[in-house]
Amino acid sequence: MDDVKISRRLFVSAAVLAGGGFVMGFGASPSEAQSAAARLTDYVAVAPDGTVTIRAKNPEVGQGVKTMLPMIIAEEMDVDWAQVRVETAPVDEKTYGPQFAGGSLTTPMNYETMRRAGAAARAMFLQAGAEALKVPVAELSAVKGTVVHKASGKKLSYGTLATAAAKVPVPDLKTVALKDPKTFTLIGQFKGGVDSPKIVRGAPIFGIDTVVPGMKYAILAKPPVYGAKLKSANLDDIRKLPGVAQVFTLEGKGDFHGIQDCVAIVADQWWYAKSARDQLDIVWDEAIGVPHDTATYAAQAETLLTGSGEPIRDKGDVRTALAAAAKTVEAVYETPFIPHVPLEPQNCTARVTADGIEIWAPTQSPGGGRRLVAQTLGVPEEKVTVHMVRGGGGFGRRLENDYMVEAAAVAQKAGVPVKLLWTREDDIAYDYFRPGNYHRLRAGLDGAGGLSAYQAHGVTFARGGKTAQGAGITPDGFAQITVPNYRLEQSLIETLVPTGYLRAPSSNSLAYVHECFLDEVAHAAGKDPFDFRLHLIETAGKGPAAEGRGPDYDLKRLKVILDTLRTRSGWDRRKPAAGEGFGLATYFSHRGYFAEVAKVRVSPDGTWRVLKVWVVGDVGSQIINPAGAINQVEGSVIDGIGELRQAITFDKGRAVQGNFHEVPLMRMSEAPHIDTHFVLSDNPPTGLGEPALPPVIPAVCNAIFAATGVRVRKLPLTPEALAKKA
Amino acid sequence: MKFTINGKAYDQDVPEDMPLLWALRDTFGLVGTKFGCGIAQCGACTVHVDGTPVRACITPVGAVEGEAVTTIEGIGQTKEGKALQAAWLEVDVMQCGYCQAGQIMTAAALLKETPKPTDADIDVAMDGNLCRCATYTRIRAAIKKAAGVALADTREA
Ligand code: FES
Ligand code: FES
Repeated sequence: MDDVKISRRLFVSAAVLAGGGFVMGFGASPSEAQSAAARLTDYVAVAPDGTVTIRAKNPEVGQGVKTMLPMIIAEEMDVDWAQVRVETAPVDEKTYGPQFAGGSLTTPMNYETMRRAGAAARAMFLQAGAEALKVPVAELSAVKGTVVHKASGKKLSYGTLATAAAKVPVPDLKTVALKDPKTFTLIGQFKGGVDSPKIVRGAPIFGIDTVVPGMKYAILAKPPVYGAKLKSANLDDIRKLPGVAQVFTLEGKGDFHGIQDCVAIVADQWWYAKSARDQLDIVWDEAIGVPHDTATYAAQAETLLTGSGEPIRDKGDVRTALAAAAKTVEAVYETPFIPHVPLEPQNCTARVTADGIEIWAPTQSPGGGRRLVAQTLGVPEEKVTVHMVRGGGGFGRRLENDYMVEAAAVAQKAGVPVKLLWTREDDIAYDYFRPGNYHRLRAGLDGAGGLSAYQAHGVTFARGGKTAQGAGITPDGFAQITVPNYRLEQSLIETLVPTGYLRAPSSNSLAYVHECFLDEVAHAAGKDPFDFRLHLIETAGKGPAAEGRGPDYDLKRLKVILDTLRTRSGWDRRKPAAGEGFGLATYFSHRGYFAEVAKVRVSPDGTWRVLKVWVVGDVGSQIINPAGAINQVEGSVIDGIGELRQAITFDKGRAVQGNFHEVPLMRMSEAPHIDTHFVLSDNPPTGLGEPALPPVIPAVCNAIFAATGVRVRKLPLTPEALAKKA
Repeated sequence: MKFTINGKAYDQDVPEDMPLLWALRDTFGLVGTKFGCGIAQCGACTVHVDGTPVRACITPVGAVEGEAVTTIEGIGQTKEGKALQAAWLEVDVMQCGYCQAGQIMTAAALLKETPKPTDADIDVAMDGNLCRCATYTRIRAAIKKAAGVALADTREA
């Protein structure tokens, strides 16, 4: 996810719609754009009645791209948003380029290209208008889907001009004139989600709502320990149960992302399948799970942290600097495995016929799913059609397509279309978890209270000897860039447990570890946490920045958001009551700069509550849709606070926790006040699905320290850890 | 078994112990009511039975025989439901939107009981409805908008 190319080369081509009208196709080459226009895929179309149809190409899982991307095109095209219909594009990465929802990358990958495509369309309508009105194009302007000749007062709608505009040569995208952002009328406006009217009426638009003629319902019994082998099961008993149509086994293929040994139950309704599964007597050979206990992992980590690890960053001379330091600070931090739990349980509907495979999936990675299905079922990729269906949350879980290939395999073997649906317990048991990690940190302060050395040894998890998915521990951190002597070492624990990417992967644990420790260091230096960071910024040299993760960490941008946050949060005038505290943290991830202050209250019994969070972020020059943007920030903040309380533990390889009573999510009464502010900087707009999340976790922990004097060095944060010992 | 769902009469054989959620979704094809946990922890499956909000995932269909069930597909026909749907769009509550049917159903029951809810009323009524995307700020605002009360969050900050 980290190294995706940001700019996509885009070509456009135009054609006349059957029956009249304008269609513009996009593609990664001129010929692909032409065929896209001809096939009416990946397009913008203007019908003679003026209706504008824009295809939204990326999966929608609540991050708002289905609304935001079309807004960019509509702005540059100068069409009326009320005339725009948004349709979900088919999955076809040859035509569309990458189609996925991850890494907060949709905005940076598409902002510029979508603007240029829209601007090209506008230029074509203006040209067609000039020819129709016989006036120079320079005298024309475009307003809400109409070409206007101010001098004569003449107007022609885009609908009227559509067929003619389709015949105008497409301008060069590299040089096409873009609007001055100061004149934007749509970008920057609060626009509700395009699917929202359907959602409030309960219309069937989610993956789980898919119905295909002749469809049956399926559930799987998968191994409770990843990769365990099926020994026996009472399949014949299950076949006799009410509503059950078929019961069979699928064999694991050894693919980490794919199918494991399992029992599939296909029934007339899902409830019959689920009830039948409750009767299943199934024996697994799960001996491979035995070494994989949370307690064992912790003991291994403790041992590893007493030694040194493999150096993965080394600048200056940490050893000498630590020896020379006026003061040193040391701490050990620990984070647990946590789950994704999107509210819509994993599901997928599949139909397999002689002609090919058709899939309806709420997925963040439809192209990856398509390849996985093709490989697993041994069919050419062209024979697999994936329909992107709205997903009830993603958070990175739906970058994996295990449920997709399972549905396809079940449908193939059953010979009927099936809707596969997991229970919540399945969703937790079979997650690709955010892995935990363990860290020993040492910092050295110079005589002036500045940070002279920073040493970190992180223990994280490996699969097959290599750092596991989502388990990277190289922080895009702040101290690491500003400190002259810095060393990061890594040690690995082999895990059987599948791990993956959770919203702001790596950052969601590393921000906690390093920003809490930085607060400890500031405290040891006797400095205010704002002052301490600002001093680091002033004295910073250039360092090993966010290698492989986009642009270098720009300390000037960080300084601006810190200054803004200090004012907005009233930091210097704060007056916490007894049991209350304020905490600061910052983090740079996914190209976004965020700084957050949390205000918390801790009761004597150790229960804690976040009262308010102030957020200041810099994601570039433009907030495209404030409606979605603010929602993402508020969601990230509350999500992050929720993560403080979560942990998945393992008993011989099995996840112990089963449902929401054991995986607490934040609830209405717990959600704090949130003050969100964006600093607009002179940088290209970047994404908001993730970067507001990481800093809230350390901001809350630092506030808890301010309130109680207790450092939160281990998550999950329990009331017992904070209760006043009587 | 006879039911009235959203004012429409249904007469169909359904096993009595099947949860109302699955009868609605898979027998009657009313899929607006959502499955999130199956154990009354998330509220995604909230419907009204004779005006009272219930968790359809743990309510056996046999227990509601002969009663009037209202789901998200029908709530717009009530005064509260209509106002809430409009407010939900105005405030743009939705992220993924998956929880929102349940949220609106619970909020509709709240407004019926308490037409001008305070923040404390909202906390109590809505705490059983999880939103994984954490749209709580906007759910609170939309309920107030629908109720015609001041939008400001009066809880301690
Ligand atoms: S599905 Fe009924 S409360 Fe969660
Ligand atoms: S909007 Fe996604 S769960 Fe509530």
